[in-house]
Amino acid sequence: MITIDWTHFTPWMSLAGGVLLGLASALFILLNGRVLGISGIVAGLLRPRPADSAWRLAFVLGLLTAPAAYALVATLPAVRIDAGWGTLVVAGLLVGLGTRYGAGCTSGHGVCGLSRLSPRSLVATLAFMGTGFATVFVARHLFA
Amino acid sequence: MQRLTEFAVGLLFGVGLIVSGMTDPGKVLGFLDLFGAWDPSLAFVMGGAILVGLGAFTVAKRRTTSFLGGAMHLPQRRDIDRRLVVGSLTFGVGWGLAGFCPGPALVSLGALQPKAVVFVVAMLAGMAIYELGELMREKRASAA
Repeated sequence: MITIDWTHFTPWMSLAGGVLLGLASALFILLNGRVLGISGIVAGLLRPRPADSAWRLAFVLGLLTAPAAYALVATLPAVRIDAGWGTLVVAGLLVGLGTRYGAGCTSGHGVCGLSRLSPRSLVATLAFMGTGFATVFVARHLFA
Repeated sequence: MQRLTEFAVGLLFGVGLIVSGMTDPGKVLGFLDLFGAWDPSLAFVMGGAILVGLGAFTVAKRRTTSFLGGAMHLPQRRDIDRRLVVGSLTFGVGWGLAGFCPGPALVSLGALQPKAVVFVVAMLAGMAIYELGELMREKRASAA
């Protein structure tokens, strides 16, 4: 059965963070007329088109600057990255390929797509959640 | 002005990812570890985000221009094809392997995490492989 990890579960911070993500997505669609789908925004930089790269770069720069900005007012939370170098490479390749074929990731499909009530995004989200759960199950409970 | 809003939105989204704990692969994998010690936090993050997003996209769907006067770029596709499904399944595996998806990986890159650097490079490589494949498809299609 399912056991909840009460030592790590952070309902309020998660909600608060989620609201910030929603706010950013809201501003992006309402002010910039664009879906905040990070895999798409980044991938668009790989095939540069005239007058198309500047806004992408501006957005990505914002993402990259976030830790520095956060660190001005609070200590950055400690993170646990247990994956080995080989796993990181394989994971990165799969995420890169998969998000392109699937036309989106957790921000594009999961947040924006579901907010738009998109059937495509619902299917995509269920799919990547499914294999996400399955992969961790295999890694932690079948091979561990 | 436009560039500034894009940067600011990226910054806000990045901060949201940090606040919500999504830049911690350990936390993400804790959510994907459904049959282990399950941390439901990510569900609360998505919930908070979609709560805000629903309102914004309801407004956006009724518009052809953004509030800053630019075009409203909402995805038009409604078909659920093999690419969407297989791509998303693939992305989920990559996500489950390292606990990184594009947004958090970039924020971690901004925080100068060495493991995030490796992941992002591999992710870009995966996206580039996709682009190369598409380029070849287009060439073959136009030659036919």
